[in-house]
Amino acid sequence: MHELSIAMSILEMAEEEAERHGGRVAAVHLKLGKLSGVVKEALLSSYEMACEDTPLAGSRLMVEELPIIVYCTPCQAKRELSSAQWFCCPECGTPAPEVVQGRELEVVALEIQ
Amino acid sequence: MTMPRLVEVRKNVLKANDLVARDLRERFRAAGVFVVSLVSSPGSGKTAFLEKILTVLRPQCRVAALVGDLATENDALRLARSQAPVKQIITGTLCHLEAAMVQNALAGWDLNQLDLLFVENVGNLVCPSSYDLGENLRLVLMSVTEGEDKPLKYPTIFNSADVAILTKVDLAQVVEFNEEAALANIQAVRPAMQVFKVSARNDQGVSEFADYLRSRLATLRATAIA
Repeated sequence: MHELSIAMSILEMAEEEAERHGGRVAAVHLKLGKLSGVVKEALLSSYEMACEDTPLAGSRLMVEELPIIVYCTPCQAKRELSSAQWFCCPECGTPAPEVVQGRELEVVALEIQ
Repeated sequence: MTMPRLVEVRKNVLKANDLVARDLRERFRAAGVFVVSLVSSPGSGKTAFLEKILTVLRPQCRVAALVGDLATENDALRLARSQAPVKQIITGTLCHLEAAMVQNALAGWDLNQLDLLFVENVGNLVCPSSYDLGENLRLVLMSVTEGEDKPLKYPTIFNSADVAILTKVDLAQVVEFNEEAALANIQAVRPAMQVFKVSARNDQGVSEFADYLRSRLATLRATAIA
């Protein structure tokens, strides 16, 4: 369970940005890949805990989960995987080790009031 | 009440770790050290395997190890029997190693005096996957006693690793390990992943893996010169 330390990094990053822009953070928008190794539910509760007694208390963490996308060489196309347990092109069935999306753990934007 | 305004940030949450990892990777490259990290569940045989590898490599290569553990120095004491320099990183309650811990542990070490550095992570198949340690090669270990479906249960860590090591293969028959199924599961979560089968008890596969590391080191050195 490393979601709490991830939540604290998000908090730190948001505080820094809010200070730069002036204002109070109402929401943090996060992109979370299915291969990031971070569990959304655990992160949400950790975030709430981490925010207590800080200027970000009461702010929302808006998580956009990103599916795994691989590059299929025979198809010469990007393909979305429905599961992290089967790295094969869903169209042609060829094993597809090249991940083009899914490892993201990125603060994309803040809502500041 | 003012309307909230949207401010674009676009920053990797693990940026601080990634920057330290990048700095470490550059230091390793400059010193010509090949760095191998090990991840696995607790009890899969990381330390026994590493002790064996250090002992086998030590006559020809300058090897050293950092070893992460929540609370004890037992692993460092075991690895020290190989006569290689070893340092324990006690993480306290933290379930994984971060790049800064590796950086701190290396303080006072002259990387130019090393050929291969091993970094044994805390036994955990979840958290270590997110943290780059600046390594050249990440090994994921899985013992035959754990069951064939470990890769399917922890696809993220298997996917983040470069090479898989099947450990305790001397016990395969006793526990009726289905090797074919295990290998298929590894390929399902990480197509084309190279797998080594080893036993630290009867030395099966140990010299093959040591040869593999020597060839990776040679490639690294050749690329550095070119």
